[in-house]
Amino acid sequence: MIKKKNSIWMFFASVKLALFVLFVLAAASIIGTIVPQDATPQHYQQFYGSILDGIGMYSPQATAVITKISYLLSFDDMYRSWWFNGLLGLLSLNLIVCSIERLPDVWRLVVMDNHQTKIGRLQGMRNKLELASTEPAAQTAATVQPLLKSMGWATSQSTKPEGILLFSQKTPWTRLGVYVVHLSILVIFAGAAVGFYYGHKGGINLPETLSSDKVYKYGSGDEIDLGFTIKCNWFQMTRYPTGAPKEYQSELVIIDNNKEVLTKVIEVNDPLTYKGWTFYQSSFESHKKYIISVANKTTDVHERFLAPLRDAVRWKNENLLFAIKELIPTKIPMTYQYKLMVADGKGGQQLLILDDNMQGTFTRDDGNVYVFQVKEFFSTGLQAAKDPGVWLVYLGCGLMLVGLGVAFFMSHRRLWLLISEKDGKTSILIAGTANKNKPGFEREFAKINDTLTQHQSIEVQ
Amino acid sequence: MNSALLLNYSTFGYLFASFIYVAAFLFKSNKAGLGGTFFTALTFIAQTVALGLRWQESYQIGIGHAPLTNMYESLVFFSWTIAGFYLFLEFKFKNRTIGAFALPFAFAAMAFAESGWVSQEINPLIPALQSNWLIAHVVTCFVGYAAFAVACGLGIMYLIKDFSGQKDKGLMATLPSLRTLDEINHKTMIFGFLWLTAGIITGAIWANSAWGTYWSWDPKETWSLITWFFYAAILHARFTRGWQGAVVAWLAIGGFLCVIFTYYGVNFLLSGLHSYGGG
Repeated sequence: MIKKKNSIWMFFASVKLALFVLFVLAAASIIGTIVPQDATPQHYQQFYGSILDGIGMYSPQATAVITKISYLLSFDDMYRSWWFNGLLGLLSLNLIVCSIERLPDVWRLVVMDNHQTKIGRLQGMRNKLELASTEPAAQTAATVQPLLKSMGWATSQSTKPEGILLFSQKTPWTRLGVYVVHLSILVIFAGAAVGFYYGHKGGINLPETLSSDKVYKYGSGDEIDLGFTIKCNWFQMTRYPTGAPKEYQSELVIIDNNKEVLTKVIEVNDPLTYKGWTFYQSSFESHKKYIISVANKTTDVHERFLAPLRDAVRWKNENLLFAIKELIPTKIPMTYQYKLMVADGKGGQQLLILDDNMQGTFTRDDGNVYVFQVKEFFSTGLQAAKDPGVWLVYLGCGLMLVGLGVAFFMSHRRLWLLISEKDGKTSILIAGTANKNKPGFEREFAKINDTLTQHQSIEVQ
Repeated sequence: MNSALLLNYSTFGYLFASFIYVAAFLFKSNKAGLGGTFFTALTFIAQTVALGLRWQESYQIGIGHAPLTNMYESLVFFSWTIAGFYLFLEFKFKNRTIGAFALPFAFAAMAFAESGWVSQEINPLIPALQSNWLIAHVVTCFVGYAAFAVACGLGIMYLIKDFSGQKDKGLMATLPSLRTLDEINHKTMIFGFLWLTAGIITGAIWANSAWGTYWSWDPKETWSLITWFFYAAILHARFTRGWQGAVVAWLAIGGFLCVIFTYYGVNFLLSGLHSYGGG
């Protein structure tokens, strides 16, 4: 076949280019991990100043120049810079052109009719052995075929001027493994591009009991409409006995078309997904206020109040007055009990010591029983992401692992047997090749020899 | 018997096994080499038991989790995977001289873990680490790291043999042939590359399920990718340009330096999402 070996085409198909791009990408990535990303101009002045100082070459002018160059080359935002992404584009182009260049030849090897292989070539193969048979050629072919099949070599037969040719091969398609790996990288890039153009990343700080139908884009703070409403019922942080955080949890409710359609307690590593949006527990904020929930057990009336420490709150309808007097540290660091003072407005009062989120009762002189519960007032910090490209990225990852496994550990093995008769003697020429793992194939080849020569009619020539 | 004591023994076990392998190599004694295998296997078993015990102990103090969550535990696991991978290699290629160059890495990881530089405490798991992906991610990464450590040892072996004047006489004759060393080194790097790939992928999936971003150019991620680029380049240079021998041996050593920086350097010199690995 004649192909236009245009030099530009060959440049983009070359492994040299791939190695060069990988090298520059690695170098750029290293710079990106050393130079702080997305910092303030003052920070960069300081950063480059301290480096220059470290090598004894500090001057304000030099610092300014280097800071300027750093901005010019987008060292402050390396992975989003035009040239870093340009390099990724160049790598993709390289992969595509290289695959187009090589794939047709490889494909031919996969589908080729190996019965057309020149008999002379068999003689020159590295794995080769010659056996003799006491039976005529046709009979010999009938003898060896089931023996080969028992070893996984199902053969096809053709007749040549030189004799009977048997051919068998194992996993010819594994030659495509490396192209699956190349494809997988392109699929991952495609997934990343879909995410970049059609995805959204944002966040929201949602105070307990409140809801929102928007999230805010990272960086710009632009509003993104969700198309439904998300509400936070409560946020809770639990701690290990050491005081280290054990779990952050938020109970979220999705309200769509004025209906509560989904309620889930999310935690780190266990997000909530609805209509393509996924909400992750990412942070929290304390407001230094406390939610005091009170219920009249007798009448089943209940109410919630928000109060800072030591501020008195009045529940007018029930004529109750209460205040969190003090936080009492518990054995677990950074966790507290609440000292809650409750007064009925007629001189009766009581001090309740409440664990976080635990109930305590206050009985009024008139017989009404009130249940109190106190917790700190938080906002839950949610990360919200909608990335329609993720499945492509995962598909690419799967393809890559499969492709690598095939490319590294499986080989295309071919086996030819030429059975010929000359002067009343039957001889068998066995030849084989493998495109990878040649020592492994040598062992397989030796096994074929052993199996065939064990048959009474076949012997070493 | 507790895990701390057994791990202490393991450190000395690997030291002793390293000594035997080196001695067997220097004195060309195959019998001594057998002793190396025996002690490596024995220590490997002890260390396996120790890992299991530490896992159990974490449950006894009420914060049960796999022993793969801080620098100390990762060093112990690194050493364990190196020893395990080496034993597999010895079984497969029937050559004990590799032990003299591979086992010291298993000892070094344990020695560093036990040096007092890193906290040996069993810490409760912070929320970000409470995931089923933890085990998959750590195991895949460290199998890859272990293979790269052994590849580095093989690279050193290759260069020693290559630089010595008489390749097939005396001491050097006991080492595998240059061709075999090159072949084993290549296979080891391929193996490591596949596991590193799996490690990066499991990390990406985990990150996506925890933060909604499968890739955020965090320094650890970036350095694992740099390492991946490095080995990808070595493999391409070999497959398509026929690089092999001493160049690849040097590159195997260079690649392992990348691994060390990804594993250890990033935690101490750069800040990011994997900062808990520093404890």
